[in-house]
Amino acid sequence: MRHLMSPLDFTPEELETLFTLAKDIEQNPARYAHACDGKVLATCFYEPSTRTRLSFESAMLHLGGKVLGFSDAASSSAAKGESVSDTIRIISCYADICAMRHPKEGAPMVAAEKSGIPVINAGDGGHQHPTQTLTDLLTIYSLKGRLDNLTIGLCGDLKFGRTVHSLIHALVRYPNIRFIFISPEELKVPDYITDMLKEKQIPYEEVIRLENVMPTLDLLYMTRVQKERFFNEEDYVRLKDFYILDRAKMELAKEDMLVLHPLPRVNEISVEVDDDPRAVYFKQAQYGVYVRMALILTLLQIKVD
Amino acid sequence: MLNVGKIEEGFVLDHIKAGKSMDIYEHLQLGKLDCTVAIIKNARSEKMGKKDILKVECDINQLDLDVLAFIDHNITVNVIKDGEIVDKKELVLPKMIKNVIRCRNPRCITSIEQELPHIFVLADEEKEIYRCKYCEEKAGPIF
Repeated sequence: MRHLMSPLDFTPEELETLFTLAKDIEQNPARYAHACDGKVLATCFYEPSTRTRLSFESAMLHLGGKVLGFSDAASSSAAKGESVSDTIRIISCYADICAMRHPKEGAPMVAAEKSGIPVINAGDGGHQHPTQTLTDLLTIYSLKGRLDNLTIGLCGDLKFGRTVHSLIHALVRYPNIRFIFISPEELKVPDYITDMLKEKQIPYEEVIRLENVMPTLDLLYMTRVQKERFFNEEDYVRLKDFYILDRAKMELAKEDMLVLHPLPRVNEISVEVDDDPRAVYFKQAQYGVYVRMALILTLLQIKVD
Repeated sequence: MLNVGKIEEGFVLDHIKAGKSMDIYEHLQLGKLDCTVAIIKNARSEKMGKKDILKVECDINQLDLDVLAFIDHNITVNVIKDGEIVDKKELVLPKMIKNVIRCRNPRCITSIEQELPHIFVLADEEKEIYRCKYCEEKAGPIF
């Protein structure tokens, strides 16, 4: 039995298979509409996350399966002090597969160790959120047609952004990848990431202003710069506009550059960019459903002819 | 200079960093053994200036070499038989250690899940970095 704890659990070859399946689901949804008839997904969310939970539920419902679960710890037996190990043993009796989000890091791995059913990590604190990374990769794979030979700009909070770190780790496994990190000094990508890139001889640049590098990018992955991350108000006011993507900055970009964002967006992408065909962050949410459908089928070992 | 006599059967842990012998005594749970244990602190050493030494009169198999290697793989382990050194055990970093140290990440599931073992996995042999199996937090210094 297989679980998904980290985006690196799948080899690039296995990811290729997963993404091919996800693309087939996108093109032939009717073929998969009853693939999970009689199967039940448990969504065990110990902390609220509406989009991730609904994305999993949507995925299972589109496969013809059913869904049960809880959406915060207060409405689960955890409020009575039940351990994750005990909860998953019980859930294994009620469902065929489980997506678990937990504020404590490593909780889904504890569940996987005791589980009788496949467990998907749907986010564990600041640690991993593998289905977000799979969503990002599928979006790039589908809309760019490749995961290699890319110059990728990552912009915003690169220090605390869990999605950014996971995406970097996932992309370094493909050839000819170049990163451009665009962030204020306070929110630079951590040393352990740049050390890893140096070790693997993967080229990267660190810059402060987004517009300077826009023309070179194949992809721009935006994240939010939160005011509370700055040491003082003055720096925040001085720098915040560098990290707001607007129409003027988009004019500097290649015609086939893509803009991704893990969402929710606050003000780091101006709404005037939404209509630009290169802005694919809402499509990305749709790919999130396809990749979760493909993942559920893969972990349940269901093949559709 | 203080003299501690030879042991006949057992092992000698030499080249322990000065002042760390009691920590090693605790981690190896030598207090639970029903045998003679000599703890020598701040012995003169050409190589280290000062060092600690532990002499334990019991079977080497009662010693958890993985724990010792995790604590400090530069410690010399001499096996003694009939009062002579008959073997030197090489300490190799263990792939995994269980319940030797605790994960210090307050956001780790080990901080709340009862009876969950604290497992650390060797993540980088060259840099001697261990990470928590569950949250991947780096292991802190043992001393």
